[in-house]
Amino acid sequence: MSTELWTYLLVGLSFALYLYIGYASRVRDTKGFYVAGRGVPPVANGAATAADWMSAASFISMAGLISAMGYDGAIYLMGWTGGYVLLALLLAPYLRKYRRFTVPDFIGDRYASNTARALAALATLFISLVYVAGQMRGVGIVFSRFLQVDIALGVLVGVLVVAFFAVLGGMKGVTWTQAVQYALLIIAYLIPAFAIAFMLTGVPIPQLALVASDLPERLNQIQTQLGFAEYTQPFQNKPMLDVLAITAALMVGTAGLPHVIIRFYTTPDVRSARYSAFWALLFIALLYTTAPAVAMFARYNLINTLHGKPLDEVRQIEWVAKWEKTRLLAFVDKNGDGRLTVAKGNAFTMEGGKPNFDKPDMSNPNEVFVDNDIIVLSTPEVARLAGFVIALVAVGGLAAALSTASGLLIAMASAVAHDLYYRIWNPRAPERLRLLVGRLAMLPALGVAAYLGINPPGFVAQVVAFAFGLAAAGLFPSILLGIFDRRMNQQGAVAGMVVGLTFTACMIALMRSPQLFGTPQPLLEDFFGISAEGIGVVGMVLNMATALMVSRLTPPPPENIQQLVDEIRIPRGAGEALDE
Amino acid sequence: MNPQNPVRAYWRANLRLIRTLLLVWALVSYGLGILLAEPLSQFRIGTLPLGFWIAQQGSIYVFVLLIWLYAWRMDRLDREYDVHE
Repeated sequence: MSTELWTYLLVGLSFALYLYIGYASRVRDTKGFYVAGRGVPPVANGAATAADWMSAASFISMAGLISAMGYDGAIYLMGWTGGYVLLALLLAPYLRKYRRFTVPDFIGDRYASNTARALAALATLFISLVYVAGQMRGVGIVFSRFLQVDIALGVLVGVLVVAFFAVLGGMKGVTWTQAVQYALLIIAYLIPAFAIAFMLTGVPIPQLALVASDLPERLNQIQTQLGFAEYTQPFQNKPMLDVLAITAALMVGTAGLPHVIIRFYTTPDVRSARYSAFWALLFIALLYTTAPAVAMFARYNLINTLHGKPLDEVRQIEWVAKWEKTRLLAFVDKNGDGRLTVAKGNAFTMEGGKPNFDKPDMSNPNEVFVDNDIIVLSTPEVARLAGFVIALVAVGGLAAALSTASGLLIAMASAVAHDLYYRIWNPRAPERLRLLVGRLAMLPALGVAAYLGINPPGFVAQVVAFAFGLAAAGLFPSILLGIFDRRMNQQGAVAGMVVGLTFTACMIALMRSPQLFGTPQPLLEDFFGISAEGIGVVGMVLNMATALMVSRLTPPPPENIQQLVDEIRIPRGAGEALDE
Repeated sequence: MNPQNPVRAYWRANLRLIRTLLLVWALVSYGLGILLAEPLSQFRIGTLPLGFWIAQQGSIYVFVLLIWLYAWRMDRLDREYDVHE
């Protein structure tokens, strides 16, 4: 059976499974729709959270990114896992105990302020929209690369599948599809990783192969010979201060992402919320500790296969020919010697972050262009695995993209239908109307996601910094202080949010002005050595400092709010029904 | 335990645990993984420089362990102070 046929078959089967789960877990009330009836066991919620969190970017692009950055790729590895420690210790158990549906629910009630509620709801919407655009694009890319299907058609198919199980099953449908999607994506990630580890080092477990073979040393030697820094040498792409700031901002931002936080609302009690966080990070760690091994092995293999080899010979290799056709791999014989040279610098001139394949960059000897995505996508072929494994990688990539998209969809629908419509605009809406509005709110969100997936604005990658920055500078401190500082009041929290969000948004806009406003140079290079990716952590500190100061100069919160704080600090009573 | 106010004592015990675990979290990730990454590169774990291993592997294992420790210890604290479900 051909690889293409396998791909159609396995992708088709996985989609049928998602549709079936969505239908089997259809819901009839808002509690089912927003928090899966709070009946999700810790292991299942852990798997669902892992799939919710690991996006198309984690699955397809992250290993490639690390491969290009060497040591400095640690900002993503530590940043995107360390946030779970904050989430598990500082936020999840207490938010679960509060027994509501959304993040703005807590912020709005705790500070008795609809301004704070609306700010939190808008931040949720913005963060989720930025994210979902990337997911839908990921679906389109997997379709086009594996099945030569038009990206637009791929995006539409993806949107329809997600629409079916999310609208019908709400959070309950999303949870159980995510749990299955986790299983598929991790199998699809690990099989090729094990194979390439075994092929290059003789040790089949990537995490062990990393420390047990001489491959790191050989790679470091080759890199030095070719004029690169050693692969394992820290701070070659970014200075230490920026690495610190970015890691911290990604950690805090991760802990403040609404679509991740609401996953912890679905457990039966506080205890299960804590254990869910453990399972979630364990499941995430399976992929996140494998990715750096794949990154290193693939880089070694790529340089070894290409450098110094005659161009004609290289093009005979099946996977090279295939990926050169899709332009994920491109060659230019700058010096006309018929052989490839791998060196520092761009093979082609970069225009708007993309290479112009008609214009070789003659300022350096590098003759090979490698797209980051190829590291994961080509691994099964490099390791000579059977066609059905390649098909499985397509299924895994789609599962990663669809699971994250569906979690974001719930977060967006709840911000519009629950926070803005029900809690602010029409508090007397009956249950059935609220459920209907929740379902309807998904449709425009799906429409926007599809549109952004088909016509991606050039700045999507740039605005992801915004998403993490806003979560770190706006949502995280307000929730944290709301739980741990009994004295924190409305004035302090709102002032802190306004200062934190304004500072972060302005800084990112100034530093990313070429992409956002088309200025020839960024209006601001960096903020005392901290780049746009890491600025959220400064915003967070400013938010907290402002909030603490203002709250101490204004009256303490009313007695009933202080009781609310005392109440969320103890686990007992989390299972009791609440008049929602 | 303060018999007058077990809930307050429970909260203080919780804060102590959080403080200890977050200290380890910060020391491993920012301390060993970033600030000391260069000096730690002289040492090796297997064939890999230690700083690199902590930043790309070890820190993640520690994070998983910290969350499990918190859940497990809090389980016992919840019972000890009789605030469990």
